[in-house]
Amino acid sequence: MDKIRFDDFWKAHYAPQVEFMEREQTFSIIGSNKTKSMVEKIAHIVFVVCAMLSILAVCSITLYMIVSGTPAIFKVGLKEILFSTTWAPTAENPQFGILYVILTSIVGTALAILIGVPIGLLTAVFLSEIASKNLAGIVKPAVELLAGIPSVVYGLVGILILNPLMYKLELMIFKDSTTHQFTGGSNLLSAVIVLAIMILPTVINISESSLKAVPQQLRASSLALGASHIQTIFRVTIPAAKSGIITAVVLGVGRAIGEAMAITLVAGSSVNIPLPFNSVRFLTTAIVSEMGYSADTHREVLFTIGLVLFAFIMLINIVLNGLLKKGGKGDE
Amino acid sequence: MSNVMLADVNSIPNESIYVKKKRTSDNVLSALIYLSAAVSVLLLVSIIGYVFINGIRSVNWEFLSTVTSARAGTTGILGNIVNTIYIIVITLLIATPVGVGSAIYLNEYAKPGKLVRLIEFTTETLSGIPSIIFGLFGMIVFGEVFGFKYSILTGSFTLTLMILPLITRNTQEALKTVPDSYRSGALGIGATKWYMIRTILLPSAMPGIVTGIILAIGRIVGESAALLFTAGSGYLLPKTGFTGYVDKLFQPGGTMTIQLYLSMQKGEFDVAFGIAIVLLVIVFLINVLTKVITKKLDVNNRK
Repeated sequence: MDKIRFDDFWKAHYAPQVEFMEREQTFSIIGSNKTKSMVEKIAHIVFVVCAMLSILAVCSITLYMIVSGTPAIFKVGLKEILFSTTWAPTAENPQFGILYVILTSIVGTALAILIGVPIGLLTAVFLSEIASKNLAGIVKPAVELLAGIPSVVYGLVGILILNPLMYKLELMIFKDSTTHQFTGGSNLLSAVIVLAIMILPTVINISESSLKAVPQQLRASSLALGASHIQTIFRVTIPAAKSGIITAVVLGVGRAIGEAMAITLVAGSSVNIPLPFNSVRFLTTAIVSEMGYSADTHREVLFTIGLVLFAFIMLINIVLNGLLKKGGKGDE
Repeated sequence: MSNVMLADVNSIPNESIYVKKKRTSDNVLSALIYLSAAVSVLLLVSIIGYVFINGIRSVNWEFLSTVTSARAGTTGILGNIVNTIYIIVITLLIATPVGVGSAIYLNEYAKPGKLVRLIEFTTETLSGIPSIIFGLFGMIVFGEVFGFKYSILTGSFTLTLMILPLITRNTQEALKTVPDSYRSGALGIGATKWYMIRTILLPSAMPGIVTGIILAIGRIVGESAALLFTAGSGYLLPKTGFTGYVDKLFQPGGTMTIQLYLSMQKGEFDVAFGIAIVLLVIVFLINVLTKVITKKLDVNNRK
């Protein structure tokens, strides 16, 4: 009893001094704070660096695309490249007009959107508004799997299913034509169908989540006013989910314009006006199929094509960013 | 009296609320909706069916366990499988810490402002850049400027940039689901921030991080355009022994998708379909795995 009292007394009066004297040997909370704050600081810095890496990546990609894409413009001339239609990079007197290539990418993407978006949007409507849980349980995983299939597999199936079909169609349509160059089915139309299928999952997933985000009372009020289920969907739910659906379309455009491997072999391999049954070359497929053997100016022009593609993508990204901001404000 | 009323109702059915008016436009539109959904499912079924019917003959143990060789008379993709694994491992070794770190910064350290908006914009941009552009960039920067030429390393560095947004975003989503009470609880009992992140946040967010990694594996396995001009197209096995395995990093190596593309180009459709089956099986497994983990992650299912 006495001893304990003495200990308390001793601690209360002398402990601070003892600790001060023994600081070298004991584990003081002050010292440990210092090492801890070092670790803290290092952790903080490491995380900042990690986060900066994405900025660095985008900046250096932009920089290198410009650095490697511009020499050809100075050598050949901007007008020659962008607005000339003759693509003969390996000819004796080489010509590097990529107008048809650019047009093909634009037309191909537009057509793919025209086919893919209605199907995708209606499937999204099915998933969010109509399907029972069981049915949605079949369709939803199917769409997710469709998104996961590698693009080369789409290309493989496209070559072996679509191209023969297209060839038959081609033979039927151009039976009497003397000017048509037969492509064996590798044409713009085949590529457009492959692209339309490939953008489906993107369009479906994003439209579906924006449809699901539409408040239930909007649907309820519409139904209460006497509108039918379908009328409600098309007059109320879809307009309410408009910004999300537009985002889906823009992302679809980005996916379609950037797709390369699936359509390289399906689209044929010559530069032509983008007409449905012409063998065509997209911005992406031009790079894939010629980069392997190109040299000098030819190679530099391919980088210019890359730069054009990059410009399109950045444009889409900026539009998208604007849309998302607007959508975010609308929600608040 | 009541009979008369019933008769009246029957004689003017169009004005009764009991009789539903059928609109043709409604019928057409709902038919179109069902048709679209059916098309989406049929597309998947026919693609998978077509690939399996045409490829199942070429998939056997020899196909998976040997390298294509004229001398031994074998056709196989083991070399490509090894290359794929090499690229997956190296890419993830670099991308996971960076991606997770970036997400931690965005979610735990950064105060909303210009910098955060810039980082989020660039992450968004990175995920929107098509793989062929990554391929060109990797070819010039890692291949020519850094001098790795066509090699597994060049391919992995290129893919790292590509999957970074995927991992960052998934980690961020997972960190957002960790309740704030965990953070304040840990900080309240005297844990420092890094200690709190290490022992409380990261374990809680682990399912989300793992989901991101699995999705990234799926993306790497399916990637082709970014690898064609960076990792090249070798299909041979690395030489045995430690130096052989390390040397492989600096040699070109085609993944399964690249081999599929090359076989397709040469018209060797048997090999192409065989690889396609392997890829589809991997995609399927990855889908199932993410489902299982996402279910675990769902707070509503936690007990």
